Amino acid sequence: MELFLHQLLAGIATGGIYACMALAVVMIYQSIDHFNFAQGEMAMFSTYIAWQLLAWGWPYWGAFAATVALSFIGGVVIERTLFKPIRNAPVLSHIVVFIAMFSILNSVAGFTWEYTIKSFPSPFPSEPLFGNRLISAHDLGMIGITVVLLVLLYVLFRHTRLGLAMRAAAANPESARLVGIRVGWMVALGWGLAAAIGAIAGMMIAPIVFLEPNMMLGILLYGLAGAVVGGLTSPVGAVIGGFAVGIVENLAGTFIPVIGKELKLTIALVLIVAVLMIKPSGLFGRTAVSRV
Amino acid sequence: MAAREDIAEVAAPRVGGLTFPAWQRLLTVGVLIVGLAIPLFVRNFTVFQLTLVMIYAIAILGLNLLTGINGQFSLGHSAFYAIGAYTTAILMDRFGVPYALTLPVAGVICLIAGFLFGLPALRLEGLYLALATFALAVATPQLLKLSLFERWTGGVQGIVIVKPDPPFGLPLSQDQWLYYFTLAVLVVMFAAAARLISSRTGRALKAIRDNPLAAKAMGIDTALYKSLAFGVSALYTGVAGALGAIVIQFVAPDSFTFFLAVSFLVGMVVGGVGSIPGALIGGAFIMFVPNLAEQVSKGLAWAVYGVILILVIYVMPTGAAGFVRLVAGRVARVVSSNR
Repeated sequence: MELFLHQLLAGIATGGIYACMALAVVMIYQSIDHFNFAQGEMAMFSTYIAWQLLAWGWPYWGAFAATVALSFIGGVVIERTLFKPIRNAPVLSHIVVFIAMFSILNSVAGFTWEYTIKSFPSPFPSEPLFGNRLISAHDLGMIGITVVLLVLLYVLFRHTRLGLAMRAAAANPESARLVGIRVGWMVALGWGLAAAIGAIAGMMIAPIVFLEPNMMLGILLYGLAGAVVGGLTSPVGAVIGGFAVGIVENLAGTFIPVIGKELKLTIALVLIVAVLMIKPSGLFGRTAVSRV
Repeated sequence: MAAREDIAEVAAPRVGGLTFPAWQRLLTVGVLIVGLAIPLFVRNFTVFQLTLVMIYAIAILGLNLLTGINGQFSLGHSAFYAIGAYTTAILMDRFGVPYALTLPVAGVICLIAGFLFGLPALRLEGLYLALATFALAVATPQLLKLSLFERWTGGVQGIVIVKPDPPFGLPLSQDQWLYYFTLAVLVVMFAAAARLISSRTGRALKAIRDNPLAAKAMGIDTALYKSLAFGVSALYTGVAGALGAIVIQFVAPDSFTFFLAVSFLVGMVVGGVGSIPGALIGGAFIMFVPNLAEQVSKGLAWAVYGVILILVIYVMPTGAAGFVRLVAGRVARVVSSNR
């Protein structure tokens, strides 16, 4: 039982990472209607910027804020320069540009900061909170930040004119343009937000997995899996999906003997596919209804 | 993806006295002659590389039948490539089957595997299907490494197979022989794909891509055809995998990662989604451009590759095939307006 509790909490802790990433995935999916393969690499790159600022002696929260701001600008710039010219190209061409971005960011980061593993500081105290030994202060802090982000996004999308405009631009660009929304800029804003959330996710994850150019690959996969399980149309679903993936991964790895460490990823993915078989648009996603 | 139409069918202006399809036929024959002559004039290593280009082209064509013709995404085609490769390697190494006979077996096994995978995939669309196929791609190397199957798969070490000699005492090197062997398979498979696409079945597949609801209303069994498209697509990619195993003489789990599936996708888009000759260009792209990028800069090789990829998409948003169609259309218009 104690082993179970331990693994459950460990699952929740890693699930927090995935939830962070899943949230960023859903954000960009909502604003551009595609999945961005380079999302993880963008987050990794942002984390390197934060590391560089810290190495130059900036205080943690200063570097944190500057990184989030820079990432936001970076996301907007990427949309305006790379994706605006090919807006009318087929979806698959977009995906190939994502793949290209992935390899560029990965390669440039490796070239600039080398492939050696770097440690990244955590803003939270290192001793366990309230004397418990099951979950570390960093894990708790990370989950807290994910929840705060979620609430902020909820408020933005549900209760502000800007959020409404962004949703309109994603859901129906033509009609949104007719009522005077600048669709192009809304998409760019979505990119900026996604990049900023990715940066926060990266800075939260880096103390656990350590900083290196390939750190995000596995996490992005799990994050995507979480997002898809929760439903790509629902930020809350994405966060819950992220936690679910973390818990399933840990429990399956511990309690199903054949699986062990090596097949953990496979089993998580198989479970996800199984969920999708029963609920094709995710647990919390809306079923897409289109007019014929 | 709905607004794609074959210009060849729509516009029939004459350029230099020949119609567009006639030019295509002429070009095909020309390429074939060049293809037959090349290995006699270049180094063995180049012959080997060109053989790989053709193999990738067959795999990309397989993906194209699924995505370009039927409108289903797949990030999991490395799995079918792996199944084909392992089928051939196991048959040759453990059972002593002649290499040429392993190709149909690999094809049939992949057809069945693809069809079976296509059945549950019916419920999924777009990104969800991409994730499901992606799961397949990630699981494949891990399953191949399982100790349970090690007796056949050789585990992490993989299987080494012997390169076949040219038959009937032909005065060719092994590489040259394999080149011609692959070329023959390629011609058969490309011709079969062309026939398939223009057949009744092909039209049904395209109808499903363009409007699934309308296709269903017209009485097309969408479930059957979509699964069938998965099966045939897997067959092509599996045969390519089988050829790949013979040519490289080696199979190991880590050759068949997700990266391979992404390469196929890149090749397909660069060549032109839904285009048969485009698959060859895509194959050449994923074979040569990474090497080229490495020559430009060793440390930043993948960044250079990414930049090249972005430039290619900017210049040719619909791939090489779409680009050629565009240019050909312009030329035809200019020629006919001058007259």
